[in-house]
Amino acid sequence: MIRKATTHVNQNEGLIFEKSSPGKYAWKLPELDVPEVDPAKALGAAARADLGNMPEVSEIEIIRHFTRLSTWNYGVDTGLYPLGSCTMKYNPRVNEVAARLEGLAGAHPYQPEKIAQGALLIMKVLSKCLLEITGMDAITLQPAAGAHGELTGILLIRAYLESKGNPRKKILIPDSAHGTNPATAAIAGYAVENLKSNSAGMVDIPSLIAQTNEDVAALMITNPNTLGVFEQNIAQIAEILHTKGSLLYMDGANMNALVGKARPGDRGVDVMHMNLHKTFSTPHGGGGPGSGPVACKQILEPFLPVPVIAVKPDGALGFDYDRAHSIGRVRGFYGNFGMHVRALAYIMANGPDGLRQTTEDAVLNANYIRKKLEGLYDLPYSTPSMHEVVFSDRLQGKNGIKTGDIAKRLIDYGFHPYTVSFPLIVHGALMIEPTESESKEELDLFIDAMRSIAEECERDPGMVLEAPHTTRVSRLDEVTAARKPILRWKPKQQPAAAD
Amino acid sequence: MRYLPKSDAERALMLREIGVRSIDDLFAPIPADFRVKGDLNLPRAFAESEIVDYFRQRSAENGAGYASFLGAGAYHHYRPVVIDSLISRGEFFTAYTPYQPELAQGTLQAIFEFQTMICELTGMEVANASMYDGSTATPETVMMAARITGRHGAVVARSVHPEYREVLVTYARHQGVPITTVGFLENGRVDLKALEQAVTDQTACVLIQSPNFFGTIEDVAAAAEIAHRKGALLVVMITEAVSLGIVRPPVEADIVGMEAQSFGVPVGFGGPYAGVIATKEKFVRQMPGRLVGETHDKNGKRAFCLTLTTREQHIRREKATSNICTNQALVALMATIFMTVYGREGLKELAKHNLSKAAYAAAEFAKKAKVLFGGAPRFNEFVVQTNEDPKSINERLLQKKMVGGLPLKKFYPELGNAALWCCTETTTRAQIDAVVKEVAQ
Repeated sequence: MIRKATTHVNQNEGLIFEKSSPGKYAWKLPELDVPEVDPAKALGAAARADLGNMPEVSEIEIIRHFTRLSTWNYGVDTGLYPLGSCTMKYNPRVNEVAARLEGLAGAHPYQPEKIAQGALLIMKVLSKCLLEITGMDAITLQPAAGAHGELTGILLIRAYLESKGNPRKKILIPDSAHGTNPATAAIAGYAVENLKSNSAGMVDIPSLIAQTNEDVAALMITNPNTLGVFEQNIAQIAEILHTKGSLLYMDGANMNALVGKARPGDRGVDVMHMNLHKTFSTPHGGGGPGSGPVACKQILEPFLPVPVIAVKPDGALGFDYDRAHSIGRVRGFYGNFGMHVRALAYIMANGPDGLRQTTEDAVLNANYIRKKLEGLYDLPYSTPSMHEVVFSDRLQGKNGIKTGDIAKRLIDYGFHPYTVSFPLIVHGALMIEPTESESKEELDLFIDAMRSIAEECERDPGMVLEAPHTTRVSRLDEVTAARKPILRWKPKQQPAAAD
Repeated sequence: MRYLPKSDAERALMLREIGVRSIDDLFAPIPADFRVKGDLNLPRAFAESEIVDYFRQRSAENGAGYASFLGAGAYHHYRPVVIDSLISRGEFFTAYTPYQPELAQGTLQAIFEFQTMICELTGMEVANASMYDGSTATPETVMMAARITGRHGAVVARSVHPEYREVLVTYARHQGVPITTVGFLENGRVDLKALEQAVTDQTACVLIQSPNFFGTIEDVAAAAEIAHRKGALLVVMITEAVSLGIVRPPVEADIVGMEAQSFGVPVGFGGPYAGVIATKEKFVRQMPGRLVGETHDKNGKRAFCLTLTTREQHIRREKATSNICTNQALVALMATIFMTVYGREGLKELAKHNLSKAAYAAAEFAKKAKVLFGGAPRFNEFVVQTNEDPKSINERLLQKKMVGGLPLKKFYPELGNAALWCCTETTTRAQIDAVVKEVAQ
């Protein structure tokens, strides 16, 4: 039985261009208080003739258009959003109020430091908090997202190794890693070497020993890894690498399983990024903006991107650009400052005890789901779970049902699906991350839904294979979308005059 | 903790159901000597009212209420209020990447509209769903050009935003992309003769910005002709998107990189913003970043989904076009709403106001100081050279709650006491008259 969801009236809505007609408008500018300049005269050949098919609509139509579109979406505000690895937690509203205060939202990045002390202090305090949470020595807030942080971190490693005389050739990456890890290594000019996982889902130590040599710049490890498993041998892993002069990079995508409980810097991690949009509650926004601060050990500090925040002789805060060994800039200005504000507001709302409780609840929720669904869904790795649990579709596969089908059926039950078919080391993965933001009631509804779907897979596989049944659109033709891409709207061809 | 929806009794019940005695049992995988004992050294928990107070104080220390003449890649434009009311809808704001199109048609259709409007404005055939910002879009366009041409060098105008060029240098070092820089002329435009000499049969692309860092509109067609003659691509960066309301789009370019901040995004001390890459259809498979395409569902109904994902890191891993994953979807939505509010006529008028304010200001400054780069059209920025160090002028202006132009000595020492000034539709004549008076002292 579907308990959480029901159908309701849903508005149809075309593209904004299809609502447009000449003469409608939603803007009004103040009266011009200087002489009007004729663009044709001022710009000559550089003047533009017209704006083509840009829309012409009124304000109420804009409100309705985007409101209607929004109702076709599902968000954390709607319910459990167990997208594994993405940490879809509650986005506190006070964060939004803070980030929109005039002096912060309206601050120009080049305004004199004298009138930027508030923003600098926020960045400074956030930096200090993140260093305390990670156990690292130095930090940059400049990277705009997790993958951008990865690149920054690997460039720090490269610069450090270059300073020692040899940047080395390759990066080791476990087979369970996010796709961004190998893509990042390639952009940083490194070859990628795959590192296999052992039967517990962890880095295989004998393989690591065999593969670590003077060509290896670093290992990129995710901890807990994408199976939700804590890499228990992390200290040994660091030692194996360090013995050969290689460094340890930690992808902090799953840092929400460690905050207040363990600090990567205490166990040999040399550099790591955090995703403020995962662990520190800044909104995911339909796919960004993110923010990916990178924290590192002292040995990498000289190479941090410019500028870094510095305390000036008079005690004021400022930016220091004069850093001879810096890898350079990775982004204009200072990063996604608006996300820094939100992350600090989140840390302040929690305090050290709240952050620890948050981590505990995230792990509690994942283990609760694991316990309740074990047996109904195949658990390929029985190693204890931290903040997420990965099942496979092996049991449902005998009825021809795949993880993607179960995901689609979950939509009918009123939930956003989990992460489908990742990590790659699990065939037909169901990667479930509830986060701490779910009540027992919501978890129980989700568990009921997953149980009911497991039954349907036996009793009525067609129901699952045809799902979702209740959404506006169902099972899109993604093959045609890729074969004959339509990537923009175009007006319908006007019939030629002769017709 | 008020964000956590569980009582201690519920926690205890759940632990019992799991079959463990305490929460510590669930953390047993972390070796005991690795576990944090006690509280981290962090600020204690604040009440919501205290959080608001704390950030209000920071806001007050941060130039709230100052009139600003700063541009240089971050522009003060008025943000229609409907933007924040719409992007605050939880269904937009608390969703993620639209991996499940059945539950994300809102985000997907909005991105499709964004891609269409960017195409209309830039004169390109396809646009992606966004990049982090303009500065990081810069190296991505150059790497894209290198993939398309099979060549490696980039010839870059010195009038491209200096920080964009710095980011390019950081990336290019590890891509084996040599960068040649070409200067500018008395009229502020790129030196086309020097450009022609710099382009070789190893050049993947020529990179210019228009309006450029000095606010001067480049001769895009001439730069394209030079690039194309040698088999290189032309990349045009746009940092001031509002210029597209009245400036001819760079249709001769092969790739357009853009910063969309001007379209309704707060200047916000430098971010979050939204970068964009737009290009010709034939190059789409070498373009980085997410793309939304139109298709139909199993019942034949029009629908939208992420497409051409085989370019991306989650499929292609180290062979992907870029390592970008999360982009700037919510910021792109702000831009989409802004472009819809102003639309076909409003963007033109808005741009005309910017043009008029800057023209008035430049003329007023010219009465008291030297306005550089007069020989070519400009949009809403201009460079003023003074006898006095612009930093001292700005000190005086700060006393009057005004932020003067950006001193250029750091980026262009040869311009001496020069500063880059910007006027937008938000600048008033009274403010302009007041700053000109101070400059002339």
